[in-house]
Amino acid sequence: MFQILEARELTENIYEMVVEAKRVAKACWPGQFVIVRIDGEGERIPLTICDYDRTAGTVTIVFQGVGAETKRMAALQAGDAFHDFVGPLGCASDLIAEDREALKKKKILFVAGGVGTAPVYPQVKWLHENGVKADVIVGAKTKNLLILEKEMQAVAGNLYVTTDDGSYGRSGMVTQTIQDLVEKEGKSYDVCIAIGPMIMMKFVCKMTEQLHIPTVVSLNPIMVDGTGMCGACRVTVDGKVKFACVDGPEFDGHKVDFDQAMKRQQMYKTEEGRALLREQEGSTHHGGCGNCGGDR
Amino acid sequence: MDVLKKVPVREQDAAVRARNFEEVCLGYNREEAMEEAQRCINCKNAQCIKGCPVAIDIPGFIQEVKAGNIEGAYQVISQSSALPAVCGRVCPQESQCEGKCIRGIKGEPISIGKLERFVADWAAENEIKPEGAKEKKHKKVAVIGSGPAGLTCAGDLAKMGYDVTIFEALHEAGGVLVYGIPEFRLPKEKVVQKEIENVKALGVTIETDVVIGKSITIDELMQEEGFDAVFIGSGAGLPKFMGIPGEQANGVFSANEYLTRSNLMKAFREDSRTPIMHGKKVAVVGGGNVAMDAARTALRLGAEVHIVYRRSEEELPARVEEVHHAKEEGIIFDLLTNPVEILSDENGWVNGIRCIQMELGEPDASGRRRPIEIPGSEFVIAVDTVIMSLGTSPNPLISSTTKGLEVNKWKCIIADEAHGKTTKEGVYAGGDAVTGAATVILAMGAGKAGAKGIDEYLSR
Repeated sequence: MFQILEARELTENIYEMVVEAKRVAKACWPGQFVIVRIDGEGERIPLTICDYDRTAGTVTIVFQGVGAETKRMAALQAGDAFHDFVGPLGCASDLIAEDREALKKKKILFVAGGVGTAPVYPQVKWLHENGVKADVIVGAKTKNLLILEKEMQAVAGNLYVTTDDGSYGRSGMVTQTIQDLVEKEGKSYDVCIAIGPMIMMKFVCKMTEQLHIPTVVSLNPIMVDGTGMCGACRVTVDGKVKFACVDGPEFDGHKVDFDQAMKRQQMYKTEEGRALLREQEGSTHHGGCGNCGGDR
Repeated sequence: MDVLKKVPVREQDAAVRARNFEEVCLGYNREEAMEEAQRCINCKNAQCIKGCPVAIDIPGFIQEVKAGNIEGAYQVISQSSALPAVCGRVCPQESQCEGKCIRGIKGEPISIGKLERFVADWAAENEIKPEGAKEKKHKKVAVIGSGPAGLTCAGDLAKMGYDVTIFEALHEAGGVLVYGIPEFRLPKEKVVQKEIENVKALGVTIETDVVIGKSITIDELMQEEGFDAVFIGSGAGLPKFMGIPGEQANGVFSANEYLTRSNLMKAFREDSRTPIMHGKKVAVVGGGNVAMDAARTALRLGAEVHIVYRRSEEELPARVEEVHHAKEEGIIFDLLTNPVEILSDENGWVNGIRCIQMELGEPDASGRRRPIEIPGSEFVIAVDTVIMSLGTSPNPLISSTTKGLEVNKWKCIIADEAHGKTTKEGVYAGGDAVTGAATVILAMGAGKAGAKGIDEYLSR
């Protein structure tokens, strides 16, 4: 069992938990993820690591209550425990392996969307600790859905917040801010790391391709084991099939087949949606036949 | 009683079992087992033992069954096998012990597998445990993976008195016995859990949720956690796909994913929180035991199921019993048929599989006749689910993070067969991680060899 030491709701339906997981805390790096299970019957949920404390032996996770299982997870409190907490899985961010001096000269831009702000944070923090200043764009639908602003402010070189509805910071999508920074505000970047919803990453990549900025994205398809065994998380990158769990989760964003990846996410959403429907509708549930179109 | 024939074993009726996940074979009772044991002629130079990868004293245990001493029979088996209830169910006896049985020359061989299963089940019901070590050796061994190779190696080492810890990447111990082989062939609670409890009863510790190569490396285990030797039994690995168009469509699964969802995550149960696709018409591509398992699982989840295999029935790599059971249950075999494309609708969901008919040519490197496409014979099978069961390629997690551990050109870990010795001092390996995908019993044989190798190494 893995004790939850702290649990709080960051904003509406987005939760942060600090979990005691000594082996993971000792071995993990920014960019990697864990798989958690609530109890002996639970689904295996992959979550990108948001922060870690090697001395305290803790790992911080941030998640949104979307499916049946993450909603259940949201109800856990400090003092409760996860049945399973395995990791770190996947490869660490490429930045970690780069020469520190070369890294200091690099102009790095992070683009975080929604709950994707959480996995961006440890990378920016790690760079900060290694004397590297990176610019960060954080996008949210609206002011209320913005997370980790203060934390990010403390470690980012420049932080640009933008909201879709203009309720806070700049107004519009993150792609608009990227374009403005480069074309109007005289910024230039050697590399961009974008983490957020698949659709956001797709459009960030379209924008950075125009601007000739090499871009890394972190994919989070549904997976089962997370160690390369099941192949559920396969994505096409540069025409080749890759497993996000062992080859990723970070890939060259300009080579990812986003349309396919988004279709594949739909498959699991449907099945997850069915599981949720079954629970909410109880005995009145129509069976999730998949034919009537009602749950697609 | 006809001495030329096996005492028949009771099975669930095919039409009934095709709709449930209960065990297909019901096994012998005491009377049936004792009757079958009568048929054994107790050969002096017993060939069956030579056919067994873990060299169980087969005539020895059968004589005990004949005498009605089932506990005695269990202790004979336990000297060689840590998982008899599993092996009695999933070993390919027809090509091993039973394939060598003298009785089999004229008539049917002794039903060794069913006798082993009866003895192991009887011991479990009567809570007979294997005997543990008399003396502790005060040396620590780490075993990576809790599948058949790891459990066997750990069990053997514990019996010798070593302090053994198994590290398992998944949340539950058992490896392929838990995630791969379905409930209807190998019941999890009744059989697998009991066998794992037996290994634990020998003093073995099992730590789940540890991915070696990620959570901790082999070097760290040896340098920081004080392990004197390591056995790698991490299993097969990454599922293979065909590389044909449409393979990433929604509704295409690897057999590993499909079976893991059903077996490990219990998605076959109504109350499971893990979803699984309930296809109406399913094509399973491949002809091995895993393909049969996936097909029979899909059938039980309510689908019409086709096995699509490019060679003929004779070349099917699956066990004869599995093919026989699959046919009885109503699986359709589309043989000499090879997929060339997976078709999908505008939303990306599978709606068909385009195949081409094959004919057999000259034997290839594997000794099997090479399938050749018949030009112009393409046709489409309308399906909503495709399960790819084409084998696996090795997982690089351990080999890429362990200095001095060499792999061969297929990326399998190099280890000698007799002792499991790898190219790294103190590190031994066996099972699918070394051989590529094989059988439970071969992995157990390798686990045994590894235990022997480690004992010799640590006794120096």
